[in-house]
Amino acid sequence: MATIASRHRSLVLLAIAIVAQVLLLAVQIQRAQQNRHDRLVRVWTVALISPFERAGSWGVGKVRGTWNHYFALRYTARENESLRRERDTLKIQVNELQSRAAEAGRLAALLNFRQEHPSAPLVPARVIGTSAEAASQTIYIDRGKRDGVLPNMGVITPDGVVGKVIEAYSSVSQVLLLTDKESGVGAMLADSRLQSPVSGMGEPLLQMKYVSESDVVNPGDRVVTSGMDRIFPKDLPVGTVVDVKPGVPFKLVRVRPSAGLQRLEEVLVLRSLQPLELKKEAEPAGAAPDKSRPAPAVAKP
Amino acid sequence: MNNDTFDLRLNTESHIEVHKFRAGAVVATMVAALVLQALLPVYFPKAAILDLPLLLTTYFGLSRRNPSTGLLLGMVIGLLQDSLSKSPLGLYGIAKTLIGFIASSIGGRLDTEHPASRFALVIVFFGVHQGVIVLIKRLLLAQPEIWFTMRLGLAAVVNGVVAVGLFFLLDRLRKPS
Repeated sequence: MATIASRHRSLVLLAIAIVAQVLLLAVQIQRAQQNRHDRLVRVWTVALISPFERAGSWGVGKVRGTWNHYFALRYTARENESLRRERDTLKIQVNELQSRAAEAGRLAALLNFRQEHPSAPLVPARVIGTSAEAASQTIYIDRGKRDGVLPNMGVITPDGVVGKVIEAYSSVSQVLLLTDKESGVGAMLADSRLQSPVSGMGEPLLQMKYVSESDVVNPGDRVVTSGMDRIFPKDLPVGTVVDVKPGVPFKLVRVRPSAGLQRLEEVLVLRSLQPLELKKEAEPAGAAPDKSRPAPAVAKP
Repeated sequence: MNNDTFDLRLNTESHIEVHKFRAGAVVATMVAALVLQALLPVYFPKAAILDLPLLLTTYFGLSRRNPSTGLLLGMVIGLLQDSLSKSPLGLYGIAKTLIGFIASSIGGRLDTEHPASRFALVIVFFGVHQGVIVLIKRLLLAQPEIWFTMRLGLAAVVNGVVAVGLFFLLDRLRKPS
């Protein structure tokens, strides 16, 4: 027996390695059902790799900054950067003002978001890495628990919703992008206020679910957060409807994300786990919730 | 293992010609591959199509030609890749364990130095790797997963092309015989 094992040493080793990993998978599935997570190996790996990612991100930033500021367009690049910041600020203001105009001050509370939620400041973060496998849509940011970032916090850019934090380590966090298959956000159409969750499909476009045949949705319609997921405040841009196809029982509505999820470098973390509800408002006439509609959108765990 | 090499070949398989690498080269390239795999798509989103850990597993498997070290290397790099993603630990670990084993098993029987054969082998290994992942997702994780898409076909070809250049660079790390 020992001779056979010795002769086929590599095959025995292969069998042991495969069986051990299958058991590891089985244990994780069992623990996931009990809401327990095996994090130690991940913590070690992230601790090992993230300094290199951080250094790489810093190095790329330096090289690019040097090139842009000294070799390429020395002054134009600086001016461009300043204008880009100003444009981002203006985009936020435009979004807020558009919604305010359409909804008669509904966004007044959002404009004072910081004042109303002093414990929920926006934390700027730099994207330092992505998932090491192409199938999952996650990124790593250079802010973690020591910056007050915790799992389930929302992540945005001035353009719109990015996703939510799923793992927070000491100085690094993992963010699940809106485009991931397991991602979702409570959303509604900006103009008609038709509520329906938006979820990822593992590709660049999102899907708006539960839009019945009788509901009117057109390409070009803006989609904003509904606030029902209790992660994102109401009226943050989610995306724009790009395609509507008939379907049974629900229409197939594709949405292009507002935030450039394919090319993220800097994001903002909504540092709050409290329900981000805005001030109570009087329900507009004729805007009673549709009882036939599915339950309010809640981000998937 | 002596001081200046990383040769782990076993006595039973010592008749197969193996390529030795400079000390630390394997570990350094593994870490570099994982860092680049995570960092590159931030600045070049299309780089997500690459699977650098798979290319490294294939290269060292084909070069070292020792199934035991090949599968162990594949397992380690696969588990590290799992750790950096949100997939359960073992998904990529199993797939790369198999790739490491197969690559090192056939490394001594085929011409693995010619760019054309390297290109073809990487495409085949990419397909096998993807097949194993889909199989595990379907059988063990109960996740519906598509076997083949045009994007995967394109990814296989792109990885094959990149592998030809990358393997040429990695050849520089070999210890002169």
